[in-house]
Amino acid sequence: MSAAESPKIDDAQAGGDRAAMARALYRFRQSALSIVGAAIVLMLLALVVVAPWIAPHPEHAAGGFAMGARFAPPSAQAWFGTNELGQDVLSLVLIGGRVSLLSGVAVVLAATLVGTLVGATAGYAGGLIDDALMRFTDLWLTLPGLILAMALAAALGPGVANMIFAIAVAWWPGYARLVRGETLARREDAYVQAARALGAGPLRIVGRHILPNIVSPIIVKMSLDVGFAILTVASLGFVGIGVKPPTPEWGSLLSNARGYLPDFWWTAIFPGLAIFLAVFGFNLLGDGLRDVLDPRARR
Amino acid sequence: MALVEIENLHLAIRAFEGEAQVLAGVDLAIERGEIWGLVGETGCGKSLTGLSISRLVSSPPARYPKGAIRFDGRDILAADEAEMRKLRGRRIGMIFQDPTTNLNPAFRVGEQMIDVALHAARVDASVLGLDAKASARARRAAARALAVRLLERVGVARAAERVDDYPHQFSGGMRQRVLIAMALIGKPDLLIADEPTTALDVSVQAQILKLLHELAREQGLAILLITHNLGVVAQIASHVAVMYAGRVVERGAARAVLKAPAHPYTQALIASLPRAGAARGSLVGIPGVVPNLFSPPAGCRFAPRCPLAVARCGEAPPLEAAGAAREVACWRAERAA
Amino acid sequence: MSALLQLERVSKTYRGGGPFSRGAEVTALDEVSFAVPRGACFGVVGESGSGKTTLTRLMLALEAPTAGRVLFDGEDVAALAGAALKRFRRRAQIVFQDPYASLDPRMRVRDIVAEGMAIHRDALKLGARAQTERVVELLSIVGLGAQHLHRYPHEFSGGQRQRICIARALAVEPELVILDEPTSALDVSVQAQVLALFETLKQKLNLTYVFISHDLGVVRYVCDRVAVIHRGRIVEEAETPALFDAPRSEHARELIAAMPDPDPDRSPFRL
Repeated sequence: MSAAESPKIDDAQAGGDRAAMARALYRFRQSALSIVGAAIVLMLLALVVVAPWIAPHPEHAAGGFAMGARFAPPSAQAWFGTNELGQDVLSLVLIGGRVSLLSGVAVVLAATLVGTLVGATAGYAGGLIDDALMRFTDLWLTLPGLILAMALAAALGPGVANMIFAIAVAWWPGYARLVRGETLARREDAYVQAARALGAGPLRIVGRHILPNIVSPIIVKMSLDVGFAILTVASLGFVGIGVKPPTPEWGSLLSNARGYLPDFWWTAIFPGLAIFLAVFGFNLLGDGLRDVLDPRARR
Repeated sequence: MALVEIENLHLAIRAFEGEAQVLAGVDLAIERGEIWGLVGETGCGKSLTGLSISRLVSSPPARYPKGAIRFDGRDILAADEAEMRKLRGRRIGMIFQDPTTNLNPAFRVGEQMIDVALHAARVDASVLGLDAKASARARRAAARALAVRLLERVGVARAAERVDDYPHQFSGGMRQRVLIAMALIGKPDLLIADEPTTALDVSVQAQILKLLHELAREQGLAILLITHNLGVVAQIASHVAVMYAGRVVERGAARAVLKAPAHPYTQALIASLPRAGAARGSLVGIPGVVPNLFSPPAGCRFAPRCPLAVARCGEAPPLEAAGAAREVACWRAERAA
Repeated sequence: MSALLQLERVSKTYRGGGPFSRGAEVTALDEVSFAVPRGACFGVVGESGSGKTTLTRLMLALEAPTAGRVLFDGEDVAALAGAALKRFRRRAQIVFQDPYASLDPRMRVRDIVAEGMAIHRDALKLGARAQTERVVELLSIVGLGAQHLHRYPHEFSGGQRQRICIARALAVEPELVILDEPTSALDVSVQAQVLALFETLKQKLNLTYVFISHDLGVVRYVCDRVAVIHRGRIVEEAETPALFDAPRSEHARELIAAMPDPDPDRSPFRL
């Protein structure tokens, strides 16, 4: 391979963090699709952040309606049309995106936190602790995730926080498995052995040597997962056990609209498109990040 | 005409930092039956030279701005991929450092060899000794027989049984033998062996070298042995080419180059080896570092580290004869020798 | 001369399988004994699978032997715990084979070399600033400089990385340094430099080395005394010249015969 023969950058050329960042960006730019993914994700995030200010009818997202303007098709006044209550679909999708994206990200963060804790402990401790934690994780994995999340969400009652908690509870085992596997692999690395020989304790080894070296696969999995988490949030919304009405959310918007298909297609197509774009964007981004961060692709 | 002729080969690879001039004047001519040791240190371009002969350097990001490679008179740099695939399966065999990763663990070694044989037979039916109209069944049987015969040839005991074993059932040295057998299927004229014994223990290394030596002597196989290990080269190579920073700096008969090196780099390299009787602390290595190939020094690339460098070394020295059996690229070679 | 490190009939067996299965036992080391006097460079030579790696782990108390004792300065290292174990970690250090794998890719040179000082802060009594000064001093001892403090490992060549590994090991002021194939990933011109560095450091810092290698040429060059290990057993131990001139064991003879000599006239294949 050419990589094995590639010359070492010597003192004159190396430049620490800035060079490393520039190099990562260079690799990222090599893949057009990852740029598209990053653009979609950034655009969606920007849109939902400023949603209350750019939405033509922010009051509709808070439950306001205008019965006089029911089922208006997309037009210059209402780009995405209006729904059965005369609410502006564009405003609902924009502001609903806040809940959808926020919950998607929050679910993944919570799951990563728990999964990393369990996985790193199991992977580094090994032996009986590993066996016990991983059998527990496996047990959890045998429960169908979506059904578990639905049952929990239904039991806890509606609300964004409850929904995030319910989905995260079903989501962490994947991270536990990933982190345990990566920890096991890194635990045998020579630099970890060197740290042990220097007398470093388990906290130092896991915190300073193992975790920083496994963030890449975790970040890749996270960015791929945000898409699925958004989908799951939407699914709960679709079956009516997600957020409390009138708070709009892409899944519940879609669910609501299904009774008006196919005549009033715009009520369904735009929330659906939003979900599709978000999932697609995060997946492309995740694939792109994998190319940049995956150590096998790096050498 | 030599079997392989490489003339003034240049290779540039584009990377984030710019374009690295990784090969900048490789000259080599290999005849049938010769074993050429291509030696040099990490990053000198020896592996890329080997890969270039079978056009396995992906371009882009690589390109060949100058020079030529001819295999049996054919212009390799102008050949298309279909043509190269025929050469690779048939007339050029390759083996690499790690015998583990080059075998598919999921298939029996016999299956893998039969695949290669059937592929080679599509290019040249004579590989299996059958005419083109033979049935699939007959071809398969012939391929299997060939696999057993070649495993025997490379010294795998009970080859007829072991052909049905999986790679993990072979030791490291035996796996390298299997890979050599696989490389021999198309009755190649040239075998490119890139660090074939580096991953093996010395006792096993000696056996593999013996096998390569026999293949060259008995079948007239030309071998390009790429290695950083001068000891390995001294054992079996008939000729040696020494590379530094993308250039062949010295080449010739193994005895001439290794016993009385003419280039200051070759001299320093040989002087770095811990030999019998060397007093502790007497080896100094080569001071300085290899040049940055993104902006290599003009002229002789070794000059910045060379104890004999003079002003004239700012101009690249040509590879010229120094004595009967060797050529060297150094302005100061006569005095250095 | 007293022995700094002494192995007394050390054996190690591994059992395959997990807690619920009982696999076959594998004997990695079988009654290995030798003594390394202070100030010596003691070589251990063996091929892959001979037990060298296990031996290293036992000498560093990263694992406990199944039978026998590893004595460091008269104390059984497997019995050390708490403060005594921490003290041992400071006194015995290691330099690994692969300088590409043995440096944490996410840490800067300063933090890599200073890590031991941070761990052994109580014993070495160095604050953050004093640590940095000491790192600079160590870097200059191994032939690097202050300009490298804030670089990452990937910015260095193999030889430079091995120098960083050496500085890291020296940071805790060890008495014993185990050199585990320290030059086998390096080019010969760099190997010569690193071997010269080992020799200088040994004189300057009164170090004792255990040099583990499969390369007999290197071992002959740097070691006073050599043990040949084969399938977990020491098959021969002798002063270096005696071993190479008149090997007594079959295995040592084979190894020496298979050494690739860089002199073409001594090749077994030429006429």
